[in-house]
Amino acid sequence: MVKKFGGFTANHNLNFEVYKGEVFGFLGANGAGKTTAMRILCGLSVPTSGEINVAGYNVYTHAEKIKQNIGYMSQKFSLYEDLTVEENFRFFAGVYKVPPKEIKPRMEETLTNLELLNHRKKLIASLPLGWKQKLAFGVATFHNPGIVFLDEPTSGVDPVARRNFWEQIFKTAERGITVFVTTHYMDEAEYCHRVSIMDQGRIVALDTPQSLKDKYGVDTIFDLFIKIVRQ
Amino acid sequence: MIKAQQLTKKYGTTVALGNVSFQVDEGELFGFIGPDGAGKSTLFRLLTSLLLPSSGKVELFGLDTVKDYKKIREITGYMPGRFSLYPDLSVEENLDFFATVFGTSIQENYHIIHDVYSHIEPFKTRLAGKLSGGMKQKLALSCALIHNPRVLVLDEPTTGVDAVSRKEFWELLRSLKSKGITIIVSTPYMDEAGLCDRVALIHHGRLLTVDKPGAITSSYEKQILGIVADNTYKLLDSLRKYPDVLHAYAFGQQVHYTGRKASADLNNMRAYLGQCGHKDVQIMQIKAGIEDVFIDLVQDRQG
Repeated sequence: MVKKFGGFTANHNLNFEVYKGEVFGFLGANGAGKTTAMRILCGLSVPTSGEINVAGYNVYTHAEKIKQNIGYMSQKFSLYEDLTVEENFRFFAGVYKVPPKEIKPRMEETLTNLELLNHRKKLIASLPLGWKQKLAFGVATFHNPGIVFLDEPTSGVDPVARRNFWEQIFKTAERGITVFVTTHYMDEAEYCHRVSIMDQGRIVALDTPQSLKDKYGVDTIFDLFIKIVRQ
Repeated sequence: MIKAQQLTKKYGTTVALGNVSFQVDEGELFGFIGPDGAGKSTLFRLLTSLLLPSSGKVELFGLDTVKDYKKIREITGYMPGRFSLYPDLSVEENLDFFATVFGTSIQENYHIIHDVYSHIEPFKTRLAGKLSGGMKQKLALSCALIHNPRVLVLDEPTTGVDAVSRKEFWELLRSLKSKGITIIVSTPYMDEAGLCDRVALIHHGRLLTVDKPGAITSSYEKQILGIVADNTYKLLDSLRKYPDVLHAYAFGQQVHYTGRKASADLNNMRAYLGQCGHKDVQIMQIKAGIEDVFIDLVQDRQG
């Protein structure tokens, strides 16, 4: 995968595969090209060259199919603050064409799992950040996408909520939904099945956390990151 | 010295900050550590005279933030959480603007900002709105420093910043501290606590504890077991069903387990995890980190 903007190459020949049901950590320094790559994988930007398939669809010819078969959640925008919990689910269910009869039972099931069923009539704006993140994730996976992209999903949430969120990620992966996640919390990188690390437009490492730590002779992914980024 | 006494800020019935008291010594690097919504930004706006307290008071070097607000602004440099410079002015124009407002010039205080500003000086004609995240952060810090303040108040300067840049930023703070500037900084990253001289853990508008980071972790009395097995997620589930469990959370590749009893029966636990079908089980006693203490204090409060 290559993406150039004029004379600037944001993504240099990225080669990687992410497996079904895998939790894949997409790490890198600020400005390393992660967002550019994510936008291409989500069908929002056309690559300069390379062969890329997401959820079984080609990014050049089936970008709309990709959009229907993925979920996306970011720290910056995920839910409508001035709609209630229930209204947000209905809105996104409509956008992703969830069969109308299935919306209510599935929403109740999801909210029960999140322990938020009693709060379904509340405005998103009135909820604590940790709950919003849980809900945003519930909404992003509501249409049972093949893969869900999470862009810094836990930024700023408290340590308990952050851990609860990751447990939700693993439950989702067990349902067969692939999870593609970025984070600046290096302890979270350790939870991923495999991680890649980008630096200046290139993938400079890709493997299981343990194999990478063994290979570079470090104890944590944090130490690994410090060791290989910008060297 | 900075001294807050029973500082409270309410919005209607919501208590954003409740009865907060603390003291920061001159020349100290002091951190407020807590998640979003803990009250860190409210506290920093009170410290910098940008908000009025509902009750209580805070003094900076003997100056009251309400009565002496004009003098407070002369001695404090404030970097808000959101980028608040002029995007349509160049790097140098922004810096010159702040210098002029405070009755000084870039030349006069260049020695103060040099360590920070030298990183972005090659781009001084670039518009501030066109800078990368890391460069914006350095420009905002330069602008907060240009009037040679006695106190620097930095609201979440490292949020959303990668691990390498965060490390570099903390090195900059260390070098500013060595010039005698008192620094108050907030962060949601608990691993940054160890880089401060002293920290306050803050949650739901209250201070949970204030001390040296080493003292906070070494005074933690509960036993923590670091447990590893072939499947961390299933291990977590098994440990939460263990009869003696108080709490169990994932920490990187380990699960940190805290039990109700002062010390756990390791043989019993090994046997239990074996019965649950876990392989390659390793159990070790470990020292608490700041995040362990934070989780425990928060759960204690919630009963």
